[in-house]
Amino acid sequence: MEHIISVTVENKFGVLSRVAGLFSGRGFNIESLSVAPTLDPSMSQMTIVTSGDDRIVEQIVKQLNKLIDVIKVVDLNESEFVSRETALIKVHTKSEDRAEALRIADIFRANVIDSTSSTYTIEVTGDPKKIEAVINLLQPLGIKELIRTGRVAIAREAIRPAISQPKKVARE
Amino acid sequence: MKLTGSEILIECLKCEGVKTIFALPGGVVLKIFDMLHQQKDIEVILTRHEQGAGHMAEGYAKATGKAGVCLVTSGPGMTNVITALADAYMDSVPLVCFSGQVSTSLIGNDAFQEADNIGLSRPCTKYNFLVKDVNDLAITIKEAFYIATTGRPGPVLVDIPKDVSMDKGEFTYPNSVAIRGYNPTYEGNKWQIKQAAEAIMKAKKPILYVGGGVVFSEASKELLELAEMAQIPVDMTLMGLGAFPGEHPQSMGMMGMHGTYCANMAVHYSDLVIAVGARFDDRVTGKVAEFCPYAKVIHIDIDPTSIRKNIHVDIPIVGDCKTVLRELNQILRATVNGDQKELRKPWWDQIREWQQAHPLAYEQDPEGAIKPQYVVKRLYELTKDRDPIISTDVGQHQMWTAQYFKLAKPNRWLTSGGLGTMGFGFPAAMGAQAAFRNRLVLCVAGDGSVQMNMQEMATAVVSKLPVKVIILNNRFHGMVRQWQDLFYEGRYASSYLDTTPDFVKLAEAYGAVGLRANKVGDLDAVLKEAIATDKPVVVDVPTYPYENCYPMIPAGGCNHEMILEDPPELKRRMAGAPSTTGSSEDKDRILTA
Repeated sequence: MEHIISVTVENKFGVLSRVAGLFSGRGFNIESLSVAPTLDPSMSQMTIVTSGDDRIVEQIVKQLNKLIDVIKVVDLNESEFVSRETALIKVHTKSEDRAEALRIADIFRANVIDSTSSTYTIEVTGDPKKIEAVINLLQPLGIKELIRTGRVAIAREAIRPAISQPKKVARE
Repeated sequence: MKLTGSEILIECLKCEGVKTIFALPGGVVLKIFDMLHQQKDIEVILTRHEQGAGHMAEGYAKATGKAGVCLVTSGPGMTNVITALADAYMDSVPLVCFSGQVSTSLIGNDAFQEADNIGLSRPCTKYNFLVKDVNDLAITIKEAFYIATTGRPGPVLVDIPKDVSMDKGEFTYPNSVAIRGYNPTYEGNKWQIKQAAEAIMKAKKPILYVGGGVVFSEASKELLELAEMAQIPVDMTLMGLGAFPGEHPQSMGMMGMHGTYCANMAVHYSDLVIAVGARFDDRVTGKVAEFCPYAKVIHIDIDPTSIRKNIHVDIPIVGDCKTVLRELNQILRATVNGDQKELRKPWWDQIREWQQAHPLAYEQDPEGAIKPQYVVKRLYELTKDRDPIISTDVGQHQMWTAQYFKLAKPNRWLTSGGLGTMGFGFPAAMGAQAAFRNRLVLCVAGDGSVQMNMQEMATAVVSKLPVKVIILNNRFHGMVRQWQDLFYEGRYASSYLDTTPDFVKLAEAYGAVGLRANKVGDLDAVLKEAIATDKPVVVDVPTYPYENCYPMIPAGGCNHEMILEDPPELKRRMAGAPSTTGSSEDKDRILTA
């Protein structure tokens, strides 16, 4: 089963290779990985999309926690979360296809961020299904280049019960 | 106070209480060696190969319980020490390794003797550091020792570029460290410990499965109390030997692939396995799916990743063995009564029955070739009153030593378990001897494995480390030969060593003492002479070459399905084999088989 794991790490050199080395050394899968600094510039946030049965995912979480540069590990699948991915798609556009390309972009609320006489570069953000759908529709026109960011994800705030307790701020 | 990086390194080592380091110089670490040469507090033992330095540091660490320290140069110095780091990582040995690196301005330029030390050591260290600024050196060393010795111990590498060792920086040694991503859990969860205590009270057939974690957390006393109070038999892993007294009536001896019949039967049929500081290695579990099929499992370990990695655990307790056992004992002390003894009487009857049915056994013909087990047994009996430290290499001799050399106390047993590193034993013994100059330190080795770090004989002689090496010389890679006899129809592919060196002459060439026992009747006198000699000694004992190590659980087999003696087909094949090797007809037989 697919799991999205959010990992807070020290923002210093070599940390990415420790995480990547852990996955390759122990035979775990990485489907995608994205990383960037957090609000606190001494830390980075990684979003790792991986897969495996419960035992493997438990090991992945434990092994990540064991890394000294890893500060916090959250398996987002244990609660509600939202995730997004961005793709940049450069499409060949013969003159008769240009209108079609714009239409497809429009349907998916994608933006055209660059244009030449023979190409459009389309930016689309969404869940992986949406991105797949855009790619499938654009493919007949001819995709010249495709770049995807990999997924980023964030936990949703805990939903408070309708009959709320006397005001108590949740710890998040 | 402004000091050079090299001086800072030395001051840090002094602050950490390091008395001995194992080292081999090279271009980029010359400044460090120059400063070491000008001080008296730290002894530098010059090894002949960096692997030897690493294993000596391991032997030092295992015998003292403190971090071992080694120092190597860049490039080949680093690649040579990798085996020792990997070995220490598998067996959780606290080690701090300092490696030289080319100057920071040259890193990445493929400079002379440059290697990516951090990249090379990443998968075989607990953590590693590249120090790029001399002002970071002291805090880095503090963190290195802290990480190596706390939690589940392990090797830590500190890579020091040449310019960092020469630059001057401000020196203050920090009193404490805080690493936000590293907070090992020492206290076990109280509720879980209570659950464990209840399970122990109720169990009819409990067994303690004890690993090296008990040795490193110094929990032997607590273990003994638990075992005696609750009347539980104790199985030890290879790494756990010494954690519980080997001669104690509740000791079942070693478990696993070459463990005793009783130890393996007991764990297989038990209803409660209490694993303490062990990690359910495949050499212990055999076929994982059928390991202790009738038991509830309690697992106490400081490393959360060890828990539920290989088998399902019912009551996991993450914490330090000593702390957890102490708490567990406290609960049990208040609740245990005579009932447990009564409850477990049938279990103990069964265990005694297993013990009697298949004790460890071998046959020694007083006129025939010397049996390896007999050598270990005699060595044990002749030295046990002197509380020796004993190391081994890896293979048949290691298993026989584990079976027959009973250890009364922890930190006496130096062996390579997880990685199975041949060539470990001899330098490890020297490391222990460097820590305890007046103790008796023994090394049981095979003729194959001892040659993997034979060059350290020079270190033993020059640095006056009077270790006693007993070579069980069967002219084979014995364990490989055993597997070939059992599973490859006796085709001895690359396991016959043909002309091994004359170990007596070799020892003498190095300036050590060489002895040989050719007959059963000579053995005691030769061993006694070795023990009485105040110099490094090599005792060459030609042994019966085709002796196999039993019991044996074939790889992937079940713990209760042990091979206890040569199978009939093998006996038939071996019927005509001579009792010694080396004759031309025997060589023909071996090479054409």
